[in-house]
Amino acid sequence: MTEQIIEKIEKIEKKHEKKETLRDSIVLKVYRANRLAGEPGRYDSVEVPVQRWTTVLDALLHAKAYKDPSIAIRYSCRMASCGSCGMKINGIPRLACYTKVSEMEGSTITIEPLANFPHLRDLVTDFSQFFLHHRNMQPYVQNEHADIKDREKLSEFVQKPEDLDRFLQFSYCIKCGLCYSACPTVATDTKFPGPQALSQAYRYFIDNRDSAGKGRTNIVDDKHGIWRCHFAGSCSSVCPKGVDPALGIQLLRGHLLGFSKNEKKIADLQERLNKN
Amino acid sequence: MQIRESQIMKIHYITAIGALFVVAVHILMRLIMPFDMSLEYGNVIANYHNIPYAILLESVLVLIAIHGFNGLRVILLELRQSKAWEDGVTILTIVAMMGVIAYGTRTIIVANGLGFE
Amino acid sequence: MLQWRENTEMEKMSDRNNREGIKGWLNPGRFGWERVAYWLQRLTGVGLLAYFVGHIYETSSLTQGPDAWTAMLELTQTPMGHLILLLVIGMSTYHSANGIRLIFTHGGKGLGKPGRPDYPYDAASLNYRQKSGIWIALILAAAAMLYGASVLFRGN
Repeated sequence: MTEQIIEKIEKIEKKHEKKETLRDSIVLKVYRANRLAGEPGRYDSVEVPVQRWTTVLDALLHAKAYKDPSIAIRYSCRMASCGSCGMKINGIPRLACYTKVSEMEGSTITIEPLANFPHLRDLVTDFSQFFLHHRNMQPYVQNEHADIKDREKLSEFVQKPEDLDRFLQFSYCIKCGLCYSACPTVATDTKFPGPQALSQAYRYFIDNRDSAGKGRTNIVDDKHGIWRCHFAGSCSSVCPKGVDPALGIQLLRGHLLGFSKNEKKIADLQERLNKN
Repeated sequence: MQIRESQIMKIHYITAIGALFVVAVHILMRLIMPFDMSLEYGNVIANYHNIPYAILLESVLVLIAIHGFNGLRVILLELRQSKAWEDGVTILTIVAMMGVIAYGTRTIIVANGLGFE
Repeated sequence: MLQWRENTEMEKMSDRNNREGIKGWLNPGRFGWERVAYWLQRLTGVGLLAYFVGHIYETSSLTQGPDAWTAMLELTQTPMGHLILLLVIGMSTYHSANGIRLIFTHGGKGLGKPGRPDYPYDAASLNYRQKSGIWIALILAAAAMLYGASVLFRGN
C-alpha cells in the first residue's frame, strides 16, 4: 500500500518536474499604478540578484528593499499558507511565494496584479467582491439538531474517515483568489460566485454534520449561479493547494441534476423508516 | 411562476441529446443518394411530403432552436449584469427562438402541402 | 481613500474594474486543454446557431417554387458555400462529441473522487479521461471534415 502511494507520488512529481534555469540575476517587469490617484498603468523594470531557491516574492522583496521601496505588495507567510501574495506572473495567476524564479523561462518576469479583482495599487487588489461571494455561500456548518444553547447536552457528530474524505480536500482552500482570477466566467460576470465560493458550497453541502442541503442548492441554483461554470478547468490548474474547485462544482451539480445520490438524504429516510 | 435555472439547464441537456439523434437522421437523408441529386427540388419536396420526415424536421427545428437560443442567452447573460440587460436578453432570445420556429414551421407546412399538388 | 471605504456593498459587488472581459477568452492555451475545449465549444455553438438561422432562411425558398430553390442552390452550392458547409460539419461534430463529455462531467461523472491531496497537487478533475475526451472530439471533427470534403468536392 505504502509502496503504491510512493510510486504514485513519484509519478506525479515526474510529471510536474519543471525545467530549471540557473541565473545570477533577473529583470522583474512590475505593473505600477495607483487606481484612486487615477494614474495610468506602466511597467517598471528592476534587476535583482537571484539564487536557485529564490522565489518571485523573495525577488520582489529584494527589489522593494534595495531598489524601489514604493512597490506595493501584499504578502505574509511566505510559505503558501496565507494566500496573500497571489499575482499574475508571466500571465498566469500564481502565488509569488510558491513560484521559483528558476522555474521561469526567459530573462524577464512580468508581474501584474490578479485579474478580475478591482485594482488598488501596483500588485495589490481588492478582495471585497470575492469575500462577499464566499460569505453568500453560508460557509459554516448548519445543523438544526445541534444544541448550542443547551450546554448540558452537548451534541456529538460522529464522522467516519470516509465522511471526512468527501470534503477535506475542499476545506484546504486558503482563499488566495487564484481560481477566481483564472476563471473565464468571472472575467465577464460580476454576479457569478466563482470557483472558490462554489466549491465551498459543495464542501458544506456534502459535510454530513450539515443539514442545510436544500437551502444550499437553492443559493447556487440561480441564473448567475453554478450553471455558469462550463468546466474550463482553469481554476483547478492554478490552485496551489490541490483543492480542485472544478471537481467540487461538478460534484455539486451532479446532485442538482440528480446524477448523484445524496447519502445524507438516504440516511435521513432510513432513519425515519427505522423509527416507524 | 419562477423557473429555476436547473430546470432550464436540464432542458438544455435533453434538447442537446435529442437534437443529436434527429440531426444525424437529417444528415443521413442527404447521403442516401448522391449529395447533389438529394438537393434537387423534386427530391427535397418528396422528403417534405413524407410525413414522418416532416415530423423529424420539425423536431430538429424545435430542439435546435431551444438549445441554440438558450446557449446564446447563457453567453449574453455572462457578458453584462444589469436588470435591463438580463431582462432584455431573456425576452430577445425567447422572441428570436419563437420567430425561428414559426418561420421554419411555415416552410415545413407549405412544402408539405406542395407535395400534394 | 475615504471615498473607497464609503462604497456600499452593492457598489463593490458590481465594480468591473480589472475584469479581464472577453479578452480573458483569448490565449486559452495558457490554462491547458480544458480551457481550449471550453473556448471551442463556445465558438462552435455560436457558429452553429448562425448557420442554423441561415439554413432556415435558405430552405424557406422551397415555398416559392422550383425557380427560387434553384436560384438559392446556385448561391450556396459554390466552392465557398461548400467550404462553409465543411466548417459546419467540423463544428457540429466537435460540439456534439465534446458536448456529450460535458453532460457527463457536469453531472459529476468521470472526474475522480475527492481525497487527501499530496504535494505536488494534481487536480483529479483534469484527468486523462477528460483530456482524451477532448482529443477524441477534435479527431472526430477532423475525420468528419475529411469525409465531408470527399462528398462535397467529389464532383469538382
